[in-house]
Amino acid sequence: MPQLRHREPDITPELAREHGLTDDEFVKICDYLGRTPTFTELGVYSVMWSEHCSYKNSIAVLKTLPRTGPGLLVDAGEENAGLVDIGHGLACAFKIESHNHPSAVEPYQGAATGVGGIHRDIFTMGARPIASLNSLRFGSMSEPRVRYLLDGVVKGIADYGNSFGVPTVGGEIYFDKSYEGNPLVNAMSVGIVKQGETASAIAEGVGNPVLIVGASTGRDGIHGATFASEEISEASEAKRPSVQVGDPFTEKLLLEASLEALKTGAIVGIQDMGAAGISCSSSEMSAKSKTGMHIDLDKVPLRESDMSAYEILLSESQERMLIVAEKGREHEVMDVFAKWDLNAVVIGEVIDSGRVVYLRDGEVKADIPADSLVLGGGAPVYIRETAKPAYLEITGTTDLSPYIDVEDLQDTMLQLLKSPNIASKRWVYEQYDHMVRTNTVSGPGPSDAGVVRIKGTNKALAVATDCNGRYVYLNPRKGGQIAVAEAARNVVCAGGRPVAITNCLNFGNPYKPEVYWTFKEAVGGMGDACDMLQTPVTGGNVSFYNENPIGAIFPTPVIGMLGLIEDCEKHTTPAGFQSDGDEILYVGASRSGIDGSEYLAFIHGITAGDAPDMDLEFEKRLQKVVLEAIRDGMVASAHDLSDGGLAVALMEKAIFSDKGAQIRLDLPGQSATEQLFSEAQSGILLTVKPANLDALQLFLTEQEIPVHHLGTVGGDQLIIEEIAELPVSQLKDIYEWIIPEAVSQVQP
Amino acid sequence: MQVDIIITLRESILDPKGKASRHALENLGFREITEVRIGKFIQLEIDTDDPGEARKLAEQACEKLLANAVMENYEIRIPDNA
Repeated sequence: MPQLRHREPDITPELAREHGLTDDEFVKICDYLGRTPTFTELGVYSVMWSEHCSYKNSIAVLKTLPRTGPGLLVDAGEENAGLVDIGHGLACAFKIESHNHPSAVEPYQGAATGVGGIHRDIFTMGARPIASLNSLRFGSMSEPRVRYLLDGVVKGIADYGNSFGVPTVGGEIYFDKSYEGNPLVNAMSVGIVKQGETASAIAEGVGNPVLIVGASTGRDGIHGATFASEEISEASEAKRPSVQVGDPFTEKLLLEASLEALKTGAIVGIQDMGAAGISCSSSEMSAKSKTGMHIDLDKVPLRESDMSAYEILLSESQERMLIVAEKGREHEVMDVFAKWDLNAVVIGEVIDSGRVVYLRDGEVKADIPADSLVLGGGAPVYIRETAKPAYLEITGTTDLSPYIDVEDLQDTMLQLLKSPNIASKRWVYEQYDHMVRTNTVSGPGPSDAGVVRIKGTNKALAVATDCNGRYVYLNPRKGGQIAVAEAARNVVCAGGRPVAITNCLNFGNPYKPEVYWTFKEAVGGMGDACDMLQTPVTGGNVSFYNENPIGAIFPTPVIGMLGLIEDCEKHTTPAGFQSDGDEILYVGASRSGIDGSEYLAFIHGITAGDAPDMDLEFEKRLQKVVLEAIRDGMVASAHDLSDGGLAVALMEKAIFSDKGAQIRLDLPGQSATEQLFSEAQSGILLTVKPANLDALQLFLTEQEIPVHHLGTVGGDQLIIEEIAELPVSQLKDIYEWIIPEAVSQVQP
Repeated sequence: MQVDIIITLRESILDPKGKASRHALENLGFREITEVRIGKFIQLEIDTDDPGEARKLAEQACEKLLANAVMENYEIRIPDNA
């Protein structure tokens, strides 16, 4: 596109619309500038005011979430990721982010660059990533395209994460038709930094040099609108926007170089480049410090020399950072990057006019008040219209009574184990390196949360992601509450205290009132639970427009929960049975209602009812009491009840340990179907050594937590009296083979 | 009939393998080599005598499997009948 460098299209409201800007927004831009924008300026505004950068349709709602707490070292949204005090003078930086749309187009690179992007968010704060998690959603595996996407996404995550050298310790995958054509790929990174050694995304000190470091800039990921002008619309292959390609080895160098350069003390501020590349990093850093930047784009190392100002500013080339260095000490920074074989070039300086000025070919191509571009500054903020979705009337009044007391429970249990949402995800996580750096205590698989040791201390981090989109679909507020509560429960079952969350909110088109209503309700529900469980929100990411031709995806607010294990050796708790003779206890709320369950969806093909029951106040007490019991050494194993209810939790405990059990189901009140398959919240299966049984039961009863002695671990069959006799080896076969078989099925 | 297919990354797509190779060559003293782009060469044997038909089948094979149309270009060559 050499043309674009020298010949730019005329600026019209029409062109602005093609850039995704409304007529009102275009008028607003002209007001801020006091004139019509240049082509380059239009491009910069269009990406900075996109939902992805400005959160224009979500920020007003997000601000209702609890965002402060005793352990938080930065407020939500202030830095690239949340920062939490974990004692010993250390802090944990963590964040989750979506890469849904790039992954729908090119699953391998889309997922890989998602992983790369979220790690950069962490190490740009000076923290070293120590663990990652992934929350994935796909359509039905009977579709060849879905299998292609699944395969590509998992390989992309594995190749990038394994090469970069950070263990993938957890995550979740769900399959549902609503995600067909629009998979969700949410990646989370967790890092550790010494308090006081964190870096900030600021641009202070007029006259300080601005450097671009890392990879060269190419035409990666420049949005489609680039090619909207008449002159260059002869749709040739090469003119289509380019997929971003990740380079994990460069990212590894960038990590080491950045952390080393930060140690020189010559860096004032640093920000990674993700969406909107140079425009976003330079304007956000400037706006935060109420300064500006003067940047000569001719100095940016380019992969293709004929790039225009517009393309350089909007490029989303991976593995790059923007740095403001202390004047006179920039060579200290450049020397470090040179040692790691990376570019580090001074491209401009900090100025005091509050404007970002970009030059190309010696000409000013854009001159914009930095504040007018950014979230919290001049970027638009909208509160959209809401309307309660009509479908809720139908799902909420569906008669579930025909399914609430069925015959042949043993067969139903075996069938349920075949749901890809329940079956083992070993095929997925075995592609990930979960042991690299050797701090992983519990990896993906038989543990409710990933557990990673914090080197040099006896503590560990317990991390989990969670969200059941079906619950949120059926009752957005309760579904949002459950997502937080269940993530916290997972952390508790692993022996950790839930500390704070990050979230990735995946929804449909916010301009549809029904979608926006769902969004507001779900965020409200998350807020309720965060308040109750005292796990503030440290930041996160919103992904709207997740739709396919049939409609929006299930609303899916994925929660990434950070927990702290005080004593890694003593408190880390497995999910599977431990020893023959251990007693099995069900602890928690009554198993009533089959609403929204995997049982209804998978066995009967029905997505209906309310979200499962949950009393937040009880949930909080349950978590507190169970954690106390774990810390007192009374608990041998803990596993929370989720998809598939008690039946699946029992089968999983058996499968994880190759041990059977003898169970008598006599929970009060409900039908056996409900007791087995209800997904009512606030339920945990514990096992306990016989010697501790009385003490634990007494303790729980004193704390007013209902407890039921279900049976004893032992043998090679899972026996539920008068209901099922299931050899563990048979369960294991089904559990392990469903996904590999589905993946390898050949197109007929 | 033999059909050759050359698959290359589209022009603006980053090629980490090419980049790493160029860098290694530079370290070996090949300073004149300023760019390396790495692609694939695929040879098909197709059971037909009709070059048009062979080309059509090869094209379908590229679209469906051999090339990633989102990121790659492919060029089909029929050696006997170029």
